[in-house]
Amino acid sequence: MSEIEFLNWVRGPAFEIATVIFIAGVIIRFLEIFLLGRKTNLAEAKGSEMSSGLRTIVSRSIPDKNTFKRSSFKIVSGYIFHLGLLVTIFFFAPHILLFKEVLGFSWPSLPTAIVDAFAVVSIITLIAVLIHRLRDNVLKFLSSTEDYLVWLLTILPLITGYIAFHRIGMTAPTLLAIHILSVELLLVAFPFTKLMHAFTLLIARWYNGAISGYRGVQS
Amino acid sequence: MTNNKNLKDRTLGEAMQDHGISRRSFLKFCAATASMMALPPSMIPAIARALETAKKPSVIWLSFQECTGCTESLTRSHNATLENLIFDSISLDYHHTLQAASGEAAEEAREEAMQENWGEYLLVVDGSIPTKDMGYSTIAGMSNLDMFLQTAAGAAAIISVGTCAAFGGIPHAHPNPTGAYSVYDIIKMYGNASLDGISSASISNTSGGSVADKPIITVPGCPPIPVVITGVLTHYLTFGTIPELDHLGRPKAFYGQSIHDRCYRRPFYDKGLFAETFDDEGAKKGWCLYKLGCKGPTTYNACATTKWNNGTSFPIESGHPCLGCSEPDFWDGGGFYKALSVPTIDIPSTVVYAAAGGAAAGVALGALNKNKKSNAIRQHTKTTIDDLEKE
Amino acid sequence: MSTSSSVLDSFNIQTSHDLTWNVLPLLHQVKHAMDNLLENNTNEIIDLRSIPLAPGEEDNLLKILGQGEVKAQLNALGPSEIIETQYNGVWLITHYNDENEIVSRHIEVTYMPEILLSQMQDIRSSSQRLSEKLSESQTDNSTDNGQNEKH
Repeated sequence: MSEIEFLNWVRGPAFEIATVIFIAGVIIRFLEIFLLGRKTNLAEAKGSEMSSGLRTIVSRSIPDKNTFKRSSFKIVSGYIFHLGLLVTIFFFAPHILLFKEVLGFSWPSLPTAIVDAFAVVSIITLIAVLIHRLRDNVLKFLSSTEDYLVWLLTILPLITGYIAFHRIGMTAPTLLAIHILSVELLLVAFPFTKLMHAFTLLIARWYNGAISGYRGVQS
Repeated sequence: MTNNKNLKDRTLGEAMQDHGISRRSFLKFCAATASMMALPPSMIPAIARALETAKKPSVIWLSFQECTGCTESLTRSHNATLENLIFDSISLDYHHTLQAASGEAAEEAREEAMQENWGEYLLVVDGSIPTKDMGYSTIAGMSNLDMFLQTAAGAAAIISVGTCAAFGGIPHAHPNPTGAYSVYDIIKMYGNASLDGISSASISNTSGGSVADKPIITVPGCPPIPVVITGVLTHYLTFGTIPELDHLGRPKAFYGQSIHDRCYRRPFYDKGLFAETFDDEGAKKGWCLYKLGCKGPTTYNACATTKWNNGTSFPIESGHPCLGCSEPDFWDGGGFYKALSVPTIDIPSTVVYAAAGGAAAGVALGALNKNKKSNAIRQHTKTTIDDLEKE
Repeated sequence: MSTSSSVLDSFNIQTSHDLTWNVLPLLHQVKHAMDNLLENNTNEIIDLRSIPLAPGEEDNLLKILGQGEVKAQLNALGPSEIIETQYNGVWLITHYNDENEIVSRHIEVTYMPEILLSQMQDIRSSSQRLSEKLSESQTDNSTDNGQNEKH
């Protein structure tokens, strides 16, 4: 297989496979969660589920003082690399083109130098996060193979993307193909690993708030 | 295309002196040649030295499944005076589009050139070679494959001119009805095959010729930039060696950097300024054409610096995205106007089908889970530690 | 040069200052080459065909370099134009072919472009030619039997 054939494959059949697994997988996971259902709460509602749920989505995103003091590194690094991912994934012009193709609409991009900086910061932070995980005994004990796999799948597109943009080591078509392939791996693994938190996070937070809202207590 | 034998033995320096060309003219020629070969100007004295003693090589040019665009390009290379000198200093013994001879006389010229210069002539190929049915493309009743293998056996080196010869090109594009392959692939497939069956009786000393280890220079492009073709020929003529090649056999001097990296519109890419359509503000202001499908980032060629039509411009300068014509399988890249970051497949419909399939599967799974749940409640199944630890 | 800009106009190709980011680095390179020539006596040649130039950029560069004290015309395999720019020691050498198409354009930073120097081989063959001419006219004289003494 020549490098352009490889590139055409990852842009074609491989992308199709990854998209099918990702979309179908996410929907299956969602339906699994929702269709399982909850027992109807027979108690009288003492407040609104919806407003409390929505409030909690926001409030739980801001750590309280004590939590922040206890695990400031985790929170700061978590925010940094998530923000970096957001910028690199959604504000790099070539990526926006892909979203436009899928969604039918687009938004303005950021200059490549800025996206590049965010990518570098994200990569460094993700490495720091891994080191922290390995050095913290409790975290290490709690970590499963899946956690390391998810870490790898997250950092790979960043690293391959960075290398592809700066053309380090190999020719441009190969580097671009490897980058796209790494994203496809991420997509395939996404619905079946903790990566699903990108979607379930908001549902879980809303639900936490909704329970409290129903009871009329502060969440 | 001279048949004068004693002319062939002269060096280029002698040939030029005979033409009454002064040393100063020669230096001018060398300066232009260095520029043409994409060599740094500091190489001019070395070029002068090498050219003075360079011998006139015999060149056999074979055209297979091609459109003659490469030859058109070559004959329109702008350095008319200088190229004439180059072509005066090579002996183009066979080129069925350019040669005066035809029919049997033409084939005789080829065989004669092979016989006389066995092991020393340069074989230039344009066009891909069909393998499915030998009748798809023949010359003088001889299949392209046979003619190629026979001629390649005695060549000092092979130059694949154009994307068809270099990578299979348009004939090789999906679904490749003729089973067309590039020179490189043909040599990989047939390089060690016996030539006994195809050796012509009139060429006596072809025995034992193997084409498996012939050096191949690929000069892709659809067509290649004229001065790149002549530049590669000139390099061989000047130094008698093969220029430094990349992993696809392309001379690094011309194919060392991507169009994107040498593009004058690159700063717009970095600033995030793109033409969205061919007639919007961005297009008029000369912004980056990435979103219009430019393949510059994955294409290696000299267009951005050497340019076309006497250095006038190149596709991107004229407002059209690069097609990537000097890369393998450029025809199968999912469309010239599809941006590189966009998949070649129809994503929205894939998403719809996947969503429908996922929903169906999800409902089925949900029903199954619900069933399991109500069973568990009915039978008062106890939750174990294992259940809780399951992620 | 003037024709190219009118072509750009008619095709509405943008040549604004947005596009001229290669001119400044090139001028810096020329400046360094000049310092190098003064300090180390080394020449530098820049091939303008090896640099990605935007439309109008070459014109812009040539305009800035301008025209200095020397302008020489060569007639060797088509015309060539050798100009010393307004910056002494910075020469612009443009080779044309017989059809007046540019075949190469170099900026040379040197005391004297080599192409202007008479070449040893050429002097040698010229000297040969002259001596042939002289001996020819001598034999002419001797066969003329002094009839054309005034010539």
